[in-house]
Amino acid sequence: MNPVVPLLEVRAITKRYGAVTANEGVDLSLRGGEVHALLGENGAGKSTLSKVIYGFTRPDSGELFLEGQPVVFPSPREARAAGIGMVFQNFMLIPALSVAENIALFLADLPPVFRLKAVGRQIREFGERFGLVVDPSATVRQLAVGDLQKVEILKLLLGRARVLIFDEPTKVLAPHEATALFQVFAALKAEGYAILFITHKLREVLACADRITVMRQGRVQGGFGPGEATVEALVSMMFGEQDLAGRPDPEAPTSPPPSSRPTLELRGASSPGTGSETALKGLDLSIRAGEIVGVAGVSGSGQKELGDLILGLRPLSAGSKWFCGVDASHWSIARMREGGVAFVPEDPLVMAAVPGMSVRENLVLGTGRRYWMDVRIDWRRLEAAMGQSFRALAFPVPRLDPPMGALSGGTLQRVVIAREMAHAPTLVVALYPTRGLDVRSTTSVRDLLRRARDGGSGILLISEDLEELAEMSDRLLVLYGGALVGDFPRGQWQVEEVGHLMTGSKETVHG
Amino acid sequence: MAESRLAARKDAPALRVVLRYAAICAVALALFAAVLLVAGKDPLKAYADTFRSTLSSAYGLSELLVRMTPLLLTAVAVALPSRLGLINVGGEGQLYMGAWLATAGVLLFPAWPRWLLLPFAALLGFLGGALWAAIPGVLRAARLVNETIATLLLNYVAPLIISYSIFGPWRAEGSSAYPQSPAFPEAAQLPTFFDTRIHAGFLLALVALLAYWLLLEKTRWGVDMRAIGGNPEAAQRLGIPVATWVVVALAIGGGFAGLAGMGEVMGVHGRLRQSLSPGFGFTGFLISWLAGGRPLGILFMAFLLAIITSAGDTLQITQGLPYAVVNILLALILFLVLARQPLRGGAK
Amino acid sequence: MSTTLMLGVLAGAILSGTSLLYATLGETIVERSGLVNLGLEGILLIGASVGFSVTAVTGNAWLGLGAAAAAGCLANLLFGWLVVTRKANQLASGLALMFFGFGVSALVGAPHVGAVIVGLPKWRPAWLGAQSWVQATTLFNYDLLTWLAIPAALLVWWCLFRTRWGLGVRAVGESPGAAFASGRNPAALQFQALSAGGLLGGLAGAHLSLSLTLTWAEYMTAGRGFIAIALVIFSKWNPLRAVAGALLFGGAEALQLQLQARGSLISPFLLDMTPYLLTLLVLLAWGGARRLAAPASLGRTFYGSD
Repeated sequence: MNPVVPLLEVRAITKRYGAVTANEGVDLSLRGGEVHALLGENGAGKSTLSKVIYGFTRPDSGELFLEGQPVVFPSPREARAAGIGMVFQNFMLIPALSVAENIALFLADLPPVFRLKAVGRQIREFGERFGLVVDPSATVRQLAVGDLQKVEILKLLLGRARVLIFDEPTKVLAPHEATALFQVFAALKAEGYAILFITHKLREVLACADRITVMRQGRVQGGFGPGEATVEALVSMMFGEQDLAGRPDPEAPTSPPPSSRPTLELRGASSPGTGSETALKGLDLSIRAGEIVGVAGVSGSGQKELGDLILGLRPLSAGSKWFCGVDASHWSIARMREGGVAFVPEDPLVMAAVPGMSVRENLVLGTGRRYWMDVRIDWRRLEAAMGQSFRALAFPVPRLDPPMGALSGGTLQRVVIAREMAHAPTLVVALYPTRGLDVRSTTSVRDLLRRARDGGSGILLISEDLEELAEMSDRLLVLYGGALVGDFPRGQWQVEEVGHLMTGSKETVHG
Repeated sequence: MAESRLAARKDAPALRVVLRYAAICAVALALFAAVLLVAGKDPLKAYADTFRSTLSSAYGLSELLVRMTPLLLTAVAVALPSRLGLINVGGEGQLYMGAWLATAGVLLFPAWPRWLLLPFAALLGFLGGALWAAIPGVLRAARLVNETIATLLLNYVAPLIISYSIFGPWRAEGSSAYPQSPAFPEAAQLPTFFDTRIHAGFLLALVALLAYWLLLEKTRWGVDMRAIGGNPEAAQRLGIPVATWVVVALAIGGGFAGLAGMGEVMGVHGRLRQSLSPGFGFTGFLISWLAGGRPLGILFMAFLLAIITSAGDTLQITQGLPYAVVNILLALILFLVLARQPLRGGAK
Repeated sequence: MSTTLMLGVLAGAILSGTSLLYATLGETIVERSGLVNLGLEGILLIGASVGFSVTAVTGNAWLGLGAAAAAGCLANLLFGWLVVTRKANQLASGLALMFFGFGVSALVGAPHVGAVIVGLPKWRPAWLGAQSWVQATTLFNYDLLTWLAIPAALLVWWCLFRTRWGLGVRAVGESPGAAFASGRNPAALQFQALSAGGLLGGLAGAHLSLSLTLTWAEYMTAGRGFIAIALVIFSKWNPLRAVAGALLFGGAEALQLQLQARGSLISPFLLDMTPYLLTLLVLLAWGGARRLAAPASLGRTFYGSD
């Protein structure tokens, strides 16, 4: 491979979406045998650039060159045919099919009648060569996240891609899995592949990149060759004039929780898991009034099941559940809610609202018998109570007649939160409450949870965002395979250790 | 599915809705005319005959109302569960079981006075349909069997129970060729009006339609049920007893279909027969579906489909075609409605 | 149970299981591509009536068979136009197709009610016919469709699990988005699956009227379409398991006929219920397992790649 002519080069790419300039005059070159990191904050234009390279988006102006020859990719198909592959944040895998079938699906030269074993042999071969060992006959549904990513990479390698684009690949990985990924990078580049590594994590860039390009506000801010970059230089290039001190400090101490009686306790609680659900195994935990208990874990470790168990959606097969000192093991969801359990979900339109019904009707859902009036509902009393809740939360009161589905994402989450907070909950179960929200809504949801905590609610915060958990939790629990494997008071955990616990690569720790 | 259609079309002006359906019917009639031509029949004569036998005389109109009675009730039987996202295609079987249980009551207590026997038999009719529909309800609530396929399968079982009864224990003397139950006593005949065959079941059907609307739009139970239809997962998470409502809604729906069966045996036939229904339950499904579950729409569609199914009789009598051929016309209307649904945001 | 009864039931099971198997195989292909076609009952009726009528007119059962397959195929393409092209609700479209089948079959079959036809030829290999225990029964005296039933199941399995086309069809049924991303056209694959399914459904219907009953009667399929849909679930969308299911249900039907023929004390009407109740029971028993095996995108509408 000729190291002088870049494998892939983009010149002066500009892409505008309406008034927003996503990319302006971006230049970038990828050489075979190197890891090129594309660094920048959210919204810096990294995703747009990768979409242009992969043929998802046509640029307004600018050119692409493949080994020095100008190329145009009208769609991802042409990009793939030219040897460009992309590992997306959301994997393009079919859970019900085997690893080999998933990979075969994407092979352009698959014969009309094919032998899965031959594909499997190739998978093993590539896997051993690059440290991507996966069982080709395993069903994808059974694989852990790290393995899913391996399958995605193998898909590209077997499809003869030479330029590999990774869009925030470490987002879903535990710290030591990320380290393993960087070893894969090293093996790939040793064989001449070009790797574009998109991320906003400085430490990872320094750990694996040969060259670094930094983007900010749609432009390339600068670049570094091998060994040139330092943390300070990268930070100032990424954030420019911005003052880092203005950002919330994740390590800032929060008010210590008043020690008080537990609002909720699980004693040896177990729950069966069928199908894709995870069984919960002998959980012991207590959530006291006025504290936020964070739950960390890689996806599918039983987080949702834990939340559902507490909400009363799942039956206990062993152990018991205590709510405010009363045995609530067999309470229905309705009874738990009447007792003061609130639920803040990840996607309210799926889990906590009915899109086709009016906002008003949505506000009465799940309030039990509070607003009953003979066989009807006392809408006036409901509106008064909810109006008060909106004001207490400093939310604007929305119009009540339009259907819930017509609201914007932020308003929707606010309506659900106003409803859930209207009756001073004793316990709040928050299930990935900020997933998919923009920065402002995220901050407001986190503030709200803190305020509820300060108001004396117990809060269970289930999240996959370790930063969020570190920032919010008064106590941090780690779930792995449906069991609690770690329990740390505030300030006594280390990210590396939590990561190991999350992936089961370390034994149980109780700090 | 009716729920989302309802939500999408709530704001459409009534006139436009009527015009849209009129256009669809016109196209369907034209296509069906083509089918009849290919079959060597005279479509114009068929349509004219149908018009003459239904809309052009007081007698024809009264017969339409008689036909509308079971259609309205079986349509409500479909519409109510549909608001919870349940698809009840078992109206036919539920109608048969309502007729069966009502007959059982009448034959058991033939000597009861009218004021007691009528409500008792009506109650049994409701119960017959309700219990029959509760079977798929329970299976669905326990997440074991999809209610669509269960209600469909039970349609094939119910008529066999009727056959078993009238060929066996309830067989009337001297009914060897076409077995049927003994004629009901006078006290078990529903009152009729204006010297026509319109019977008290028609009033019952209107009351059922009104009750359906009140239940869903004006009560707190309606809020719960519509929440289940709109988003079952959210409903469950918010503490609404979804499983209970699934059984109850299907049972109430089945009960209405059972009342339709009761009306047929006690208001029209005066005895239990095998040929109780020429597919009223299926037509009721179409009516509810076409009307998107809206009460006024159901009334309008029931009237329209009463005319269309009368065309089936006309075809049979004047053109020598099987009654079932009219299903082509029903299917064509349905195809057209389905094909012109909005491409996005329609049913799930 | 006596030996003759047992052999009789077995022979009947294979005969009436044949049409169930073809119908189940057809629906399996369709559902593997992510579509539920509740109109299978209508397809069977169309196949039965078209097959019978064409045979009655031409006197050639093979022409009838071909016409039935073509008609089934066309009817399924109509379904495809609704649910794939127009993205209509699948359950409602399936029921519409069912009504269509009720009507069309009644119209097509009406002129030929009571017609006498020569059905599909049946033969028994000589060496089997020489066995005395075979001679007393209808065992091994089959038409071509019955002889080919198990090979057909193998062929469908092979197509679904060993070919690029089958991988594509299954991918569409699981995740149309992923299938699209792999460069496939989900709509085209669904139409192909529907064509194959309609063809098999047409054959299934024709087998009823051209081999089993040799008559045409309105609604003669008596819910076999729905039983076949249940069999798809029972067989976990696997063509090979469908063979066992079809035999089981064919057996239930055959047993009931044998009992009736022998003047059983049980009312024939109650015996007639067995297939439907057995179907419900089977669905009940496999209710839990079924959700796992079902194609993930079954019944959903695919709007595009975004």
